[in-house]
Amino acid sequence: MAELLQFVFSGLTVGAIYALVALGFTLIYKASDIINFAQGEFVMLGGMMTVFGAQAGLPLPVAALIAVILTTAVGLALHRFAVAPARGATPVALIMITIGASIFLRGVAQIVFDKRFHSLPSLFGGDPIKFGGAAILPQSLVVLASATIIVVVLWLFIDRTMLGKAVIATAANRLAARLIGVNTRSIVDFSFAVSAAIGAIAGILITPIALTSYDAGTLLALKGFAAAMLGGIGSAPGAVVGGLIIGMIEAMSAGYFSSNYKDAVAFLIILVVLIFIPQGLFGRAKVERV
Amino acid sequence: MRTLLATRLLPAIAVAAIVIVLPWFFPSAFYYRIGALVFIFALAVVGLNLLMGFAGQVSLGHAGFLGIGAYSVAIGPTYFGVPSWLSLFAGAVLSGIVAFLVGRPILRLKGHYLAVATLGFGLLVAIVLSNEAGWTGGPDGMTVPKLTLFGWGVRGADAWYWISGTTFVGGFILALNLMESPTGRSLQAIHDSEIAALVLGIDVATKKLTIFIISAMYASVAGSYLALFNGHVTPDVAGFLRSIELVAMVVLGGMGSIVGSLVGAIVLVVLPQVLTVFHEYEQALLGLIVMVFMIFLRRGIVPSVAAILKGWRK
Repeated sequence: MAELLQFVFSGLTVGAIYALVALGFTLIYKASDIINFAQGEFVMLGGMMTVFGAQAGLPLPVAALIAVILTTAVGLALHRFAVAPARGATPVALIMITIGASIFLRGVAQIVFDKRFHSLPSLFGGDPIKFGGAAILPQSLVVLASATIIVVVLWLFIDRTMLGKAVIATAANRLAARLIGVNTRSIVDFSFAVSAAIGAIAGILITPIALTSYDAGTLLALKGFAAAMLGGIGSAPGAVVGGLIIGMIEAMSAGYFSSNYKDAVAFLIILVVLIFIPQGLFGRAKVERV
Repeated sequence: MRTLLATRLLPAIAVAAIVIVLPWFFPSAFYYRIGALVFIFALAVVGLNLLMGFAGQVSLGHAGFLGIGAYSVAIGPTYFGVPSWLSLFAGAVLSGIVAFLVGRPILRLKGHYLAVATLGFGLLVAIVLSNEAGWTGGPDGMTVPKLTLFGWGVRGADAWYWISGTTFVGGFILALNLMESPTGRSLQAIHDSEIAALVLGIDVATKKLTIFIISAMYASVAGSYLALFNGHVTPDVAGFLRSIELVAMVVLGGMGSIVGSLVGAIVLVVLPQVLTVFHEYEQALLGLIVMVFMIFLRRGIVPSVAAILKGWRK
């Protein structure tokens, strides 16, 4: 029982991170129909920049703040200089562009930072809290709390503000949104910026638990993507639920079967979801018009 | 007859001539090595181009088949005593079977769904290769026994230059012929409009699956060659970066241009050799090339140059 509880907690923790990555995907996809394969690189940049900021002697919160701001700038740049100039390209071309951006950012991170693994000190120390026979890292609670706050704030923002409504309008029908005076281009800008910021925060949160390195982004992006697909691509609640489910399944299979194949779980889920429930748990089936 | 000459015979003769003439300009044995690598990658890229450029189906996991081919010639002779050349064929058949099994469900998907599904498949292969250490040597990889043909042990970069060059020319001619066949024409129809193709009575699912299997076998053979040539293989051969490299070669040379596949392979194999000083910048550069080409030169080198030449002639 204690064992199960332990796995549930570790599953929830990584699941929360996957959920944040999936939310980033969802936001960009909603606003622009683009799957941003560089989403994982935002997570990596957030973690790595904070590590190197802290090494340079900055206090941790300041380093984290700078990392989030810089990553947001990278997100904006990605849209302005890579995605926006390719307007009207086929989905495959757009995928290639974001993948190119992802490899590019990895390559740059490898030069600017280094190729080693890095960790960050946890905000509340590393002593585990005992709970029902399971040991919980304080950082896990930080991750869960922060992820909850981000999800709630994002929801309130989208649901209650004018800018949020403009995002919904853009997602629903770009042409109609433009006709009623929404600047859809800056909405897409905005969605890239917010996705990058969420990704960076996720990266900072997970680094004390899972370590980070220049190539940590790819796997995270794929798992986040698996989460977004499982939930139904374009559905925000789906992204959160999908992330938690994938985190759970991964933790259980690592605990009860083999930790070697825990990374394979997400991809098996991708394949199974795509083949059997392509619209995901919360998504609506798309009807193609000829 | 004239169109046959223009579309198939001329390019084939030109490529064969390149393979034969090129070594006259090689100042050292090192160049044979690069030449061999170019032809090996070009072979895989031709296969991927059949899928991407002609059928319009993206695969971000093609290195998975490269991996299957590579490990076939490593595991076959080492554990089962199967000769390398037979292992190569077995690997190609295995890749074809895997492509058949995987392709049937995932080729129904489109656009980014297909991209992610193939990506997931490629990563699964890489994960299996690095985890089954008992068979594959794990992340450190394993030694590949040398190829022996008719009692002749194949050694040296020049021997591999000729073997891979000949195979490439063969694969090149096969691809050109395939594209002019009814299957090739149907694939191009599918590329332009899947629904229109369906309405015309083309069995879209079967045609897509066929080309997926063929392109998997191209990659598998290239993977076997790569492993035999290097004498060593690691799971990186099936990695994400390799898949992206293959796609980058297709895109760079020009989607749907078989000659472009060779050009793409030349650029991306030679470039890192020329820029060895900048070894660290390799990844950043690869990413940049993919981005710049997809933004500004979406058609790739060969089709763009061809369009310019056509403009001049007028």
